[in-house]
Amino acid sequence: MTPPTHPPAPSAFTFDQPHTFPGKLIVVEGIDGSGKSTQLLLLKKWLESQGHNVIFTEWNSSELVKETTRKGKKSKSLTPTTFSLLHATDFASRLYHDILPPLKAGMIVLADRYTYTAFARDAVRGVSQGWVRKVYSFAIRPDLAFYFKVPIEVAIDRLLGGTRGHFKYYEAGMDMGLNPDLKESFRIFQSRILAEYDKIVAEYGLTVMDATEEIEEQQEKMRAVVTGALEQYKPKRGGHGKRAAIFWRRFGVSQPK
Amino acid sequence: MAKGRRYFGDGLAYLNPSDLKGRLIAIEGTDGVGRSTHIEQLQEWLEVQGYGVITTGWTRSNLMSKTIEMAKQGNILDRWSFSLLYATDFADRLEHQIIPALRSGFIVLADRYVYTAFARDAVRSGDPAWIRNVLGFALVPDLVCYLRIDVETLALRVLESKGMNFWESGMDMKFGTDLYESFKKYQGLLIEEFDRMAEEFHFEVVDARKPMEEIQDALRAKILPLLRNERRLAPKQAVQAGGESAQAATASPDS
Repeated sequence: MTPPTHPPAPSAFTFDQPHTFPGKLIVVEGIDGSGKSTQLLLLKKWLESQGHNVIFTEWNSSELVKETTRKGKKSKSLTPTTFSLLHATDFASRLYHDILPPLKAGMIVLADRYTYTAFARDAVRGVSQGWVRKVYSFAIRPDLAFYFKVPIEVAIDRLLGGTRGHFKYYEAGMDMGLNPDLKESFRIFQSRILAEYDKIVAEYGLTVMDATEEIEEQQEKMRAVVTGALEQYKPKRGGHGKRAAIFWRRFGVSQPK
Repeated sequence: MAKGRRYFGDGLAYLNPSDLKGRLIAIEGTDGVGRSTHIEQLQEWLEVQGYGVITTGWTRSNLMSKTIEMAKQGNILDRWSFSLLYATDFADRLEHQIIPALRSGFIVLADRYVYTAFARDAVRSGDPAWIRNVLGFALVPDLVCYLRIDVETLALRVLESKGMNFWESGMDMKFGTDLYESFKKYQGLLIEEFDRMAEEFHFEVVDARKPMEEIQDALRAKILPLLRNERRLAPKQAVQAGGESAQAATASPDS
C-alpha cells in the first residue's frame, strides 16, 4: 500500500519563528487588574505622539464570535473545548483582518492580550496544553510581549476599589464551580492562571513587568524596552502620518525620527 | 469495541472515553452525494430492530448553527476562521450530543465527520497537519462509510436536485467566475482528498453511483457486524422492539 501523499505545504509563517513582515507586533499580557490595558493605552499615546501609525486590537472582540460567546455563556453550555475554540476563531479572524494587513504594510500593531491568554486560561479550564498550542500554531510571533506580573491580592484590591468595582463572571471562573463567592472564586481561578503565566513566561521569554510599581514608572520602563525593539524599525506612513506629527509638535512633544 | 475507544489526538483532557459503550458510525462523502437520505433510512432500519439511534449533522449544533450561517452570508471566512468555526460546531455536538448518546448506549449516525473538515482545510491550505491537530479531540468512529462518486456524476446529480451553490462550488477559492467549472474543480479536489483519506483511515468505500437500494444494502452490510444483537434479532422479532421500547433494548449490558 502506498502511503497517501499531499502536495507540499505552502511556506507559511508559524508561531515558532520570528515573522519577517516590516511592521512590529507588541502585545501585553496579565490577569484582570494587572494594569496592562492602562499601560498599553499610554504606550499607544506615546507612539502616536512620535508620529507612528498604530493599530490596536483586543482579545475576543470580533463581532460575530463575540455574539456567539455571549450566547453560549448565557445558556451556560460552553465547555472548556468550545470556549477555547470560540476564542481561537475570534483570534483567527482578527489576525487575518486586523493584525496581518498592518504588519505587512509596516505599521505597529498593539494587542491587548494575545495567544498566551489562551494558553494560560484554557489550561486552567482543563484542555490539554499541547492541544491549545497546536490550535494557535498559525499565529504570528510578537516582536515584544510584556507580562504584567501582579500578586493576586493587589489585583483584587484594584478591581474592587478602582475602575471597575466588580468581578466579571467568567473572569472569576464562576462557571467552574470553585467557590460560590465571587471574590473567592476569582482568587482561586486567577491564582491558577498566574501560575500558568509563570510557566509561559519561561517558555516564551516574555518581558516581565513589575505591575505593583507606579503607573508612570512602569510606562517609562516599557517605553525604554519598546525604543530598543524599534531601533531597526523603519516607519511607513500614509499622508496623514506627517500631519499627526505636526499636530503633536504643538504640545511640545518630541518629533518623529 | 467500546473499550478500545480513543481520540484522534490530544483528546478531551477532562473526559475519559473508555465508558462510551454505544456505536459511532460516520457517513462521509462530498456535497450532494446522498448522505442524508441514506442516514434517514439507516435510522429507520436500526430503530425497527430496537436500537436507540441519534443522528448528528454538520453545522447543526445549538451553539454555532446560526453563527455559521451568518458567517457564510458575509465574508469573514479566512482559512483559519472557516475551519475553527466548524471545529467549534463539532466540539459542541461532540460534547452535548455524541458523547452523552454513546454513554447511554445509542448508535450515533454522523452525517459527515471530521474527515469533511480535514478535506476542506487541506484543499484550501495544502497543509493537512494543522486541522488534524485542532480536531485531535474527536473520537475515532467505530466505522466510516465513504459514499464515493466521480465528479461528472456528482455534477449531474446536484443539477438535477437543488442546483449548485456558492460554497459547494468552492467559489471562495477564486478558481474563476464560472459556477459549473468552479464546482467541478473544487469537488474534484475534495474527492481526491477523500480518496487519499479512505486509504489512510481505512474507510469502508461504497459506490454512490449505484441505485439507492443497492447503496442502502451495502451500508447495512457494513454496519451489521457492529451491532451487538446481530444474531438474536431477526427482522420479524425486531418489529416488537420498535417504538417506545427502542431505548430499553439497547440498555442491556455489553456482553
